[in-house]
Amino acid sequence: MKRFLLAAAFFAVLALLWEAAYRAKIWSPVLLPSPRQVVSYLESAAADGTLFKATVITMRRLLVGYLIGLVMGLPLGLLTARWKLFHDTIGTLALGLQTLPSVCWVPLALLWFGQTEAAMLFVVVMGTLWSVVIATETGVRNVPPIYRRAALTMGSKRLHMWFKVILPAALPFIVSGMKQGWAFAWRSLMAAEIFVTILTGFGLGQLLHYGRELSAMEQVIGIMIVIIVIGLLADKIFFSPIEKFLHRRWGTSQP
Amino acid sequence: MHRTAHRSTATEELQPIAPSKLAIEEVSKSFQSVSGTVLALDRISLNVAEGEFVCLVGASGCGKTTLLNIIAGLEKPDSGTVLADGNPVTGPGRERLVMFQEPALFPWLNVFGNVLFGLKLKPNLTRKDRHDVATYYLELVGLSRFERANIHELSGGMKQRVSLARALAPNPRVLLMDEPFAALDALTREQLYGDIQEIWQARRKTIVFVTHNVREAACLGDRVLLFSPHPGRIHEEFAVQLPRPRDINSVDLAAHATRITKALKSIGQAEAVAAK
Repeated sequence: MKRFLLAAAFFAVLALLWEAAYRAKIWSPVLLPSPRQVVSYLESAAADGTLFKATVITMRRLLVGYLIGLVMGLPLGLLTARWKLFHDTIGTLALGLQTLPSVCWVPLALLWFGQTEAAMLFVVVMGTLWSVVIATETGVRNVPPIYRRAALTMGSKRLHMWFKVILPAALPFIVSGMKQGWAFAWRSLMAAEIFVTILTGFGLGQLLHYGRELSAMEQVIGIMIVIIVIGLLADKIFFSPIEKFLHRRWGTSQP
Repeated sequence: MHRTAHRSTATEELQPIAPSKLAIEEVSKSFQSVSGTVLALDRISLNVAEGEFVCLVGASGCGKTTLLNIIAGLEKPDSGTVLADGNPVTGPGRERLVMFQEPALFPWLNVFGNVLFGLKLKPNLTRKDRHDVATYYLELVGLSRFERANIHELSGGMKQRVSLARALAPNPRVLLMDEPFAALDALTREQLYGDIQEIWQARRKTIVFVTHNVREAACLGDRVLLFSPHPGRIHEEFAVQLPRPRDINSVDLAAHATRITKALKSIGQAEAVAAK
């Protein structure tokens, strides 16, 4: 409770500083709206449903792309860990493509798929896939050989070995790869939504884009805050419990 | 799953099983190292009787762990064979379970889950049988209270007790132990010497026990085999005929240990002379 209050006080002070900067009129009010203006934009956008609709569209794109990335990335990571041939080919490709900032996929996606949902999805999948592949491979390669040997003597082999020993042993790595994949997916989707204007649905990125076009700074800042909050919530609701479980089981330190 | 009429029950499963007879015949194994080929084992032959407790002792690098791994089926010899009850060993199997130096417990499972692991791989056991068997062995090693604990919450000695329960649970005929107590403090070790002798007598297993601790070998083994390195060979064999359970601090035991230590030292001196 005390920790919560301290954190709340920190954000209250941050808002007060912002308000003070606005009142001191250091920057033009067009460039720096007051916190109240941002809140009132968010209220009206929430009231007329724009915000909700945009959030649903964005989250749908994100989840679908992320899941495709996971479903493809996990098996590819296992293949690269298991066979040298896959490690030398797909593993190297993954390593290279992972260093490519995912926004770089946007021009290619636009030319290949046009202004469509497919273009969005493609960018999100490319953002997720490679870090999941690499994390899975690293995880599997870091499984202490002693676990394998112990399981072998107890009669574990092939699929049983993979599903009951190697995958669980690699879980901490895989989860951190999934988390990184999530962060990359989120970043790449926002890049795609800002650059790709399509008529099948306005996501949060597009609201941000139009905020800029209209020089509506309260919209720009408001949407940015929404994006930050969604990122935080995903972490707290989805990843935090998994990480807590891992910390408890493995006995690794916890912040 | 189809259930056969003659499936074993938990009670049957807990009956002591006939221990195996091991025959190691002319086993050789070499490794490539930076300094060339190292002959880890040079035509080792060795018989272990049913239910015998044999200790392999020697300086590090004398091939005793390699021999244990070959008996386990985790490594293949370059030549020679290992027979368990007359059948050649071709790979690892639950008839011969291993207890490793570092506790190879699975951190993603709790204590109970670890003991269940090998049982789940054994066919024809119901859920309840597996549960009963795991409970029995956790009680045997004195850790019933900790069955829901996570592995990292246990002390080193407790971890090795869980490893022992996990290795005993599928009721193997042979137990292979690779310096299982080396990383423990003296007090915990002494307790485990008592426990392992008690369990060995109650469960009738053939045990091959690798150690570099001569006193430990004299305390546990019916027979102590002293290995010499470069190449790995059985240098000398000592029979230890003392009543059980044996106390590691007893004077009679010290006499045996002294004899073995003397032989071990002479190997070391011979090595040093050869090196010059």
